[in-house]
Amino acid sequence: MGENQPGYREWTMSDSTRTDYLDLDTKDETFLDATELVLNMGPQHPSTHGVLRVILKLDGEKVLGTECVIGYLHRGVEKIGENRTYAMFNPYVDRMDYVASVSNGLGYCEAVEKLLNVEAPPRAQYIRVILTELCRIASHQVWLGTHALDIGALTPLFYCFRDREEILKIFEKYCGARLTTHAFRIGGCIYEAYDGFEQDCQKFCDAFLPKLDEYEELLTTNRIWVRRTKGVGILNPEDCIALGVTGPVLRAAGVKWDLRRAQPYEAYKDFDFEIPTGLNGDTYDRYLVRIEEMRQSVRIIRQAVEGLPQGPIMAKVPKVIKPPVGEIYHSIEAPKGELGYFIVSDGSTQPYRVRVRPPSFVNLQALDKMVRGLLVADVVAVIGTLDIVLGEVDR
Amino acid sequence: MPDETKNPNPVLPESEAPTTPQSGQAGEADASASSSVTPAAGNPDTSAEQSVSLPAKPEAAAKLDGPAKPVAAPATGEKPAAPVAAKPAAKPAPKPEGPKPEPWDSDLVGRLRSQYGSGIREASTYLGQKYLVLDSTILYEILLRMRNDELFDYCVDITAVHYPKREAQFDIIYVLYSFHHNERVRIKSYIKEDEHLPTAVGIWETANWLEREVYDMFGIVFDGHPDLKRILMPDGWKGHPLRKDYPILQQDQEWVKINLGIESGQ
Amino acid sequence: MFDAITKYLSSATTPGEAGSIFWATIYILIITAGISLSVIAMNWLERKILAHMQIRLGPMRVGPHGLLQPFADALKLLIKEDIIPAEADKLVFWSAPVVVTMTAFTTFLVVPFGRTHAVTDMNIGILFMLGVSSLGVLGIIMAGWSSNSHYPLMGSLRSSAQMVSYEIAMGLAIICAVLMTSLQTGTGTLSMIGIVEAQASQHTWFIFKFFPLGFLAFGVFAIAMVAETNRAPFDLPEAESELVAGFHTEYSGFRWSLFFLAEYAAMLAVSSIAVTLWLGGWMRPFPNWLSGSIWNLAFSLFPALTLFVLAGLCLLGTARMPKIPQMKIQTVGLGIFGLLLGFIGLVLIIPGVRERVQDIYWFVVKVAFFMYMYIWYRGTFPRYRFDQLMKVGWKVLLPTGLAVLIATALWGLLPQISSAIVGVLP
Repeated sequence: MGENQPGYREWTMSDSTRTDYLDLDTKDETFLDATELVLNMGPQHPSTHGVLRVILKLDGEKVLGTECVIGYLHRGVEKIGENRTYAMFNPYVDRMDYVASVSNGLGYCEAVEKLLNVEAPPRAQYIRVILTELCRIASHQVWLGTHALDIGALTPLFYCFRDREEILKIFEKYCGARLTTHAFRIGGCIYEAYDGFEQDCQKFCDAFLPKLDEYEELLTTNRIWVRRTKGVGILNPEDCIALGVTGPVLRAAGVKWDLRRAQPYEAYKDFDFEIPTGLNGDTYDRYLVRIEEMRQSVRIIRQAVEGLPQGPIMAKVPKVIKPPVGEIYHSIEAPKGELGYFIVSDGSTQPYRVRVRPPSFVNLQALDKMVRGLLVADVVAVIGTLDIVLGEVDR
Repeated sequence: MPDETKNPNPVLPESEAPTTPQSGQAGEADASASSSVTPAAGNPDTSAEQSVSLPAKPEAAAKLDGPAKPVAAPATGEKPAAPVAAKPAAKPAPKPEGPKPEPWDSDLVGRLRSQYGSGIREASTYLGQKYLVLDSTILYEILLRMRNDELFDYCVDITAVHYPKREAQFDIIYVLYSFHHNERVRIKSYIKEDEHLPTAVGIWETANWLEREVYDMFGIVFDGHPDLKRILMPDGWKGHPLRKDYPILQQDQEWVKINLGIESGQ
Repeated sequence: MFDAITKYLSSATTPGEAGSIFWATIYILIITAGISLSVIAMNWLERKILAHMQIRLGPMRVGPHGLLQPFADALKLLIKEDIIPAEADKLVFWSAPVVVTMTAFTTFLVVPFGRTHAVTDMNIGILFMLGVSSLGVLGIIMAGWSSNSHYPLMGSLRSSAQMVSYEIAMGLAIICAVLMTSLQTGTGTLSMIGIVEAQASQHTWFIFKFFPLGFLAFGVFAIAMVAETNRAPFDLPEAESELVAGFHTEYSGFRWSLFFLAEYAAMLAVSSIAVTLWLGGWMRPFPNWLSGSIWNLAFSLFPALTLFVLAGLCLLGTARMPKIPQMKIQTVGLGIFGLLLGFIGLVLIIPGVRERVQDIYWFVVKVAFFMYMYIWYRGTFPRYRFDQLMKVGWKVLLPTGLAVLIATALWGLLPQISSAIVGVLP
């Protein structure tokens, strides 16, 4: 393979000893003028949530700078999209944020629907809302469990996964899959809600709220938990906006912005819910915001289940999806932040370009700002609180 | 260490000495960031009111494939409709095209037009989504202005599209959002393959990784970027995967052959 | 031969006091085997208890209720490939686990499991114990340094800083207990057996002495000992989510299992200190209150009764096992295990045996309480951050320990002080 051929590599990916290309900032003075320690965290590390590699420049335990090396899970989702038809690409998006696959599918389907200028029928919209909110709860549960595990609390993980199981069971009953669901289709839903869907959702909501209290009992007032999270990884609103950080991280900084409210999509304008916000923008606030978001999701699910309209579940969409020439950017409020799809159509059956605006990728960029001056243990806490999924960061 | 003899930084051949003309304004931009963010809820189309004062924009969205739309052509007047017609005509579909881009007139567009005139080539809405097409020469100025004066304080996304057959091969697209107006605008520009863009990192910090990704995937160089290197692909990778002329099959076959020592099944 | 055994068993001295090298060796072997066995049991118990706290079952496959899981793990560790990193300092890398294990086991030389059930009764027993257990940190630093890797290095640095900090608070708490042996009686002792006997002669466990001072000192010790053994919530040196595995990241196989063994042995050792100093060591509850032959008999039957209960549980489990061919081995295994426990219980009923075993039983029960607390902490608490850990050590435990020490001394000297004041007064 020639040097100018695509795919040629100057050096191997796995060379972790090289640090000369890192732009770690060298201005900071170290304590006692000691030599800095460059610590390679990841890509195989218990708490980098997958294959994130963070290179830390340390003065003892204090972090002087970080450099994120990502791309270990890069599968070229955008390139795949260009080589698949619109319908064929739909399952692929589930593989990006695999703990919130329903949200990914929703964003993609809606973007294509907008491009086709169709709208899902009301019943489909309600079913979508119910499943997406269930998925938000599931995603936040995975976040809570792993975040607590990172900080050293083992038990919440199992509590969260126990209750997440109920959600996955609903998914499985609805569409046959638990994790990468492919629940929605362009134009609506392909599956009618199964018998007992409403009851299952209501039952889950009733059972879940006390369990949420259980999580809170373990953590919210736990002194060690509070000390580990309060004042750690502070992001003020200005930084959040400048860094493009969205989702619970932005709301914890006090910005009351949620796409479900700001630019309502689907049936969200029909529902009554609060947007929880924090005050300090620290890890503890982000924790509280996400916990409250789960409560609000339960509220939305209850309203949606009660008001589930009758009617068709699929809009009139041609068998072969051929959107007219044009471009569209559509974004939804995924559990992790603003998930956007920018699709360019050239009028053929395949998208000319699919761009995913992943919330995790943009949020991860804030890591460096958040951890400077903190300790190694806080890096782990901050990675947890950013709630990244590497499948989505790397795509 | 197999690579010690090699150039440690081969992925940045041309951006060795980046200079940003207006990088000094970065601090200004940050300082003017408003802390009182109060998004208006539930109104996606605050600037939907249309005024009819300006001449109608060309409705063509001949952005695709055709070699049309020379970069330097003035865009205010009526544009040659040839590329518009050419594209749909080539397709057998007899039914009418879907929604057409409509001209977008608002105070914002008026202000920008009065200052930059022909630099604003197009201001349209498509399916209710607003976008501006600019000359790449004034891109940085407009972005800075959008951020500071028009309060588009959140850069949602930066991405590009590759049209190999066009003279200006790339669309570069900035998706901006304003918390103050609850409004989303796409800013678009056409650039040639070897054309460099000024970086937007001084305007929005978030542009850092987004521009790196555009560089990684398309090879568009952003002058003045603090750390322009590959982000998703491994360092030392050759080629830019999201370009349309990037050969996937050949790449796969070669990689499998070299790294695994077998024939690829592709 | 038999006479020699019975003669020895009926004597009331430790082998060290009796000067019998033979018996001392026997004791050392028994203690080493016993500690190893209890580490294995502890491994299983920790997994099961933690699992039940976390609404899961824990090991269930290897043997009935996973009873054989620790043995399977031990076997796996023994036959695993033994890796020494190429860049490691081989000699130090090799000797670090040995040092850690040796120190952890050596401390048990002076632990009195009963009046006569100790290898020897050193007159500086508690000092010996502290000194030797502190040597364990040397092994940890050796492991971290010789691995020539960042995570172990940081882990060992954390560990050494932590141990040095908490040892002071621990020492202050221990001095309180030592003061309590001497105050009011004037016969202070550092001997572990002496301390327990002082509690017997003062008719109180030291945790209740000078209430709340004894309790406070015990609290300081109980926190410091968790930190000393690097367990949750002070498990920073091996913080899994931060430092992968801390100082033993680069170890595998048998060497790693030595660290594991040493960690649990150290937990047992510090728990033994706590039991000896504050909870009356081998003494049964209420030896003075509920005295008399009836009570003596009742309490001496406890060991056998406990084993009978365990055996009953096992047999109940056997009866409840699913009656399918696949579970036959498991069912039979559990039944045999239950019968074995029952048989041991029967042996413990024999009058001569039960008298002598009773001390060990009460000691083990008290240590088991601490072990359970260790597991409970692990299931409940998040982990401290390094600076917070240091803050707790230096700003909370150290001043408390110092204050308690001064208060204990003053309280103990109260009679002399008052008499002195009375003497001065006209």
